[in-house]
Amino acid sequence: MAVGKEIRGKINSIKNTQKITRAMEMVAASKMRKAQDRMRASRPYADKMRNVVGHLANAHPEYRHGYMQEREVKRLGIIVISSDRGLCGGLNTNLFKAVVATMKEWHDKRVEIDLCTIGNKAGTFFSRLGGNIVAQAAHLGDRPQIADLIGTVKVMLDAYEEGRIDRLLVAYNEFVNTMTQRPRVEQLLPIKATEEEELKHHWDYIYEPEAKDVLDALLMRYIESLVYQGVVENLACEQAARMVAMKAASDNAGTLIEELQLIYNKARQAAITQEISEIVSGAAAV
Amino acid sequence: MAMTMHVDIVSAEEEIFSGPAEMVFASGVMGELGILPRHAPLLTQLKPGEVRIRKEGGEEEIYWISGGMLEIQPHVVTVLADTAVRARDLDEKAAIEAKERAERALADKTSEFEYAKAQAELAEAVAQLQAIKKLRERARRS
Repeated sequence: MAVGKEIRGKINSIKNTQKITRAMEMVAASKMRKAQDRMRASRPYADKMRNVVGHLANAHPEYRHGYMQEREVKRLGIIVISSDRGLCGGLNTNLFKAVVATMKEWHDKRVEIDLCTIGNKAGTFFSRLGGNIVAQAAHLGDRPQIADLIGTVKVMLDAYEEGRIDRLLVAYNEFVNTMTQRPRVEQLLPIKATEEEELKHHWDYIYEPEAKDVLDALLMRYIESLVYQGVVENLACEQAARMVAMKAASDNAGTLIEELQLIYNKARQAAITQEISEIVSGAAAV
Repeated sequence: MAMTMHVDIVSAEEEIFSGPAEMVFASGVMGELGILPRHAPLLTQLKPGEVRIRKEGGEEEIYWISGGMLEIQPHVVTVLADTAVRARDLDEKAAIEAKERAERALADKTSEFEYAKAQAELAEAVAQLQAIKKLRERARRS
């Protein structure tokens, strides 16, 4: 039964693939839970930071920080946060699409663009297509740490301070739920003042040592924490997307196996029938 | 009963402490700080060192932080702790490394971003994904 053997081999190979995709699905599921926890854990810091910066914007400081001043955009900086690895459906593709659309929009306004990529996929995508990448970070792993981001973010902040870029955006995937991830492009600099709080009375902090030093340090950390949040959120998205993609792959493998099994059974039955009819006709001839 | 204020210690990666306290001790860059409720609003940088919290009833808890920021409002004290050791030259070094990584990855740096090519490639990838989806749906129906 030559045909039967071939089909059986194919079924076995698909079964092996299915084992891999199923394992990847389960790994992604458990990693996703951890990534979600991390996402939640990083939120209080960013919230507190936002509160303090909000206070600052309303506190009439004697020193107005450059990060809070709007200026004409001649050059744009974008921090693109992607995953390090593939096999996660259309996650990175959708994000890059949003980024490229934004880039095109600014490009048409004759604004030049500096890119900063975090994650392998963004790095290879944008360097292959010839964007001006000024800083790069990759291989952050499953437990990204602020320390891994300080350098990359600083390059962009320095560029902003020195006037080489006039606006800084960050692009990452927003975690809506396990099934939905939405690409998101957000403005980091200049910082938009929250206008919801009313100015009740004029007050200001006491700064130690100097307002400038304190604000420099604070705003730098604020931006870093926002980028970090983007990284953790993107990580949760990556795992969720991978889980869904691998589940789909496992299901597909299942249907393929069923179909092949049917073909195999038919072929086997046909072979048996043929054998019997040969024996019967052979016996009749004697 | 002594007056209390709300104290939060958070780092970018996790929440470390949150709760009421009678007094907080921290080491700012300008010197030691002892903070009681109704302190004037203050914003300062912290040196690497310990943050001591005296909770209700006099029990004390000590946390070690590697620097950060301290915000004081009359009834809320927030410690924004760093998780990494920060110093200007260390940050500088990290920035240079990030730049170098980018330069290494980019053979010809001046080239213009190819919008047409990028959009075409992305459209292709999206089309592939959609095709796979359609194939699946068809397989399910049959």
